[in-house]
Amino acid sequence: MNIHEYQAKQLFQIYGIPVPDGKQVTTPESAEQVARELGGEGWVVKAQVHAGGRGKVGGVKLAKNLAEVIDFSRDMLGKRLVTIQTDSSGLPVNSLLIEKIYPIKSELYLSVLVDRASERIIFIASAAGGVDIETVAHESPEQIISVQVHPAAGLQAYQCRKVAYTLGLKGQQIKALEKIMQGMYDLFLAKDASQIEINPLIETDSGDLLALDAKINFDDNAVAIHPDIAAMKDPTQEDDKENEAQQFGLNYITLDGNIGCMVNGAGLAMATMDLVKLKGGLPANFLDVGGGTNVEKVCEAFKLILSDSSVKAVLVNIFGGIVKCDVIASGILAAIEQIHVAVPVVVRLEGTNVEQGRALLSNTGLNLYAADDLAHAAEQVVALAEAV
Amino acid sequence: MSILINKDTKVICQGFTGKQGTFHSQQALDYGTQLVGGVTPERGGDKHLGLPVFNTVQDAVNSTQATASMIYVPPFYAADAILEAVDAGIKLIVCITEGIPILQMLRVKAAMAGTGALLIGPNCPGVITPGECKIGIMPGKIHLPGSIGIVSRSGTLTYESVHQTTAQGLGQSTCVGIGGDPIHGMNFIDVLSRFQADDQTKGIVMVGEIGGSEEEDAAEYIKAYVTKPVVAYIAGQTAPAGKRMGHAGAIVTGGKGTAEGKVAALKAAGIEVCVSPTDIGVAMKRCL
Repeated sequence: MNIHEYQAKQLFQIYGIPVPDGKQVTTPESAEQVARELGGEGWVVKAQVHAGGRGKVGGVKLAKNLAEVIDFSRDMLGKRLVTIQTDSSGLPVNSLLIEKIYPIKSELYLSVLVDRASERIIFIASAAGGVDIETVAHESPEQIISVQVHPAAGLQAYQCRKVAYTLGLKGQQIKALEKIMQGMYDLFLAKDASQIEINPLIETDSGDLLALDAKINFDDNAVAIHPDIAAMKDPTQEDDKENEAQQFGLNYITLDGNIGCMVNGAGLAMATMDLVKLKGGLPANFLDVGGGTNVEKVCEAFKLILSDSSVKAVLVNIFGGIVKCDVIASGILAAIEQIHVAVPVVVRLEGTNVEQGRALLSNTGLNLYAADDLAHAAEQVVALAEAV
Repeated sequence: MSILINKDTKVICQGFTGKQGTFHSQQALDYGTQLVGGVTPERGGDKHLGLPVFNTVQDAVNSTQATASMIYVPPFYAADAILEAVDAGIKLIVCITEGIPILQMLRVKAAMAGTGALLIGPNCPGVITPGECKIGIMPGKIHLPGSIGIVSRSGTLTYESVHQTTAQGLGQSTCVGIGGDPIHGMNFIDVLSRFQADDQTKGIVMVGEIGGSEEEDAAEYIKAYVTKPVVAYIAGQTAPAGKRMGHAGAIVTGGKGTAEGKVAALKAAGIEVCVSPTDIGVAMKRCL
């Protein structure tokens, strides 16, 4: 789960990580008001969307006076921001973060995440902040330092010092960085984060360290035990259909093609998408109806798939294990009748009671094709989608 | 011989009297698994499915000499269940549960280091030696005792591989679903090394998916140590970057963990990689 920058900075403050003075607003008038209260020589107006790359597309602007604060706020609010990390329709800008501007001496990078390979929480830092860390990793890997934290020992002061010296920090800054890293580590553990990223972490003219940007992702599996984090969820920043799918326990992801896919199991769902592509088609979605699927889930899955108007044909691929094929076939028939599925549907069933399942699906008078095998099913659905 | 489990393996179930535990315990019994009891706190002394219920795993081990446990408890209790099994000396722990927070698994793995216990999963279908012992949620009927070892991160793609190798008349020695979570127990290499050492296993099917680097590690291992034919398939070639594809661990981040990268690594190691998931069985037969 993702949260907004302003929410991440609120959490940072609780955990003793210094952030710029600022406040979240939803109108140009309150933006001006906040800027006035903050005082100073200039302000930054930052669009709050769940995507990076805002600066390059006008989602982060420096205002030299209050009039500019109002103008920029008016420009951004209510618009959709398309960045390198969003799809072509972008994300709605419903609020802004107004912050004081600080003179920057240097920009650093600092993040903490779970490293799958070492099965440890690791910190990654670089003196080359303010740019995409993946670019740094690719072009100058020697500029990146990482430290592993043992779960029993926790983060040690020497590890923070090691990072601090590598970043070229001195004097009071060493302690300051230790405090920031400890705050990040405590926040990470307390709220089941999966990544906390500060890019850039700035060194101001006076030598203070400040988290100029803040990004936190949380482990979806743990959000249920953190109601305060769950309350920060902003559904306007997510795909409507993906939100709806979650409510029915379905895993759904929108894609660009025209062949709807309904599959049980995440691996088989990915394999089915790949096979559709291999046969010359393009999948419209990823959809895992889960291992123990039933009529209600199949109905909801059909509704989701068909709410995408680009879908010209649907491929259902179910490997009936514990759930028997004839039960699934009845579910598919009920769903097609109940919600009046108009596009052709190709069904591949395999597993327990497959003969009974296929028999139920043949000669129904519906626009329904029971395929003998998966390869054939994929070819058939691609041909049907092209024929429309 | 098979790997990990056989007809003599004594198994208990944690979460025995719950809905999932009850259903899959019955299925295991029907398959012929030597399920010897189960654990549900505060139900010790009861009988369930004709078998004894114990309050603790230690009680169950003391009474039944079980060496394997299958875990069907809800996600927020699963880490506790795994560690209880480790503490009681269970040698093989199979955790089916999906949705365990990653930080809990990180601590579990650190606590398991040096104990000698093996963990399969979590978020997996389990392990089966066809005709002998089934520990997990896989449909028993599609399996056939035979010569192919199957190891996979995905449940339904394991079934798909089983189905195809059964259709080719090859059958399976043992099938291991290692699970779809980013931090999990046995990895590809742990299973591949056992298949290599197992006389019954003549060929190996390895099914991977996007995310992480275990397939790349396995490719290097196979090149160096595995002499038996290996057929691989990698799911997720059309998966968009940055999206979690159903499994918590199936995600491409920062250009890492792509299907292309994994396929390239496997091919570079001389492994036959199926382009289509429908070719696994045919390819395996051809490679033997």
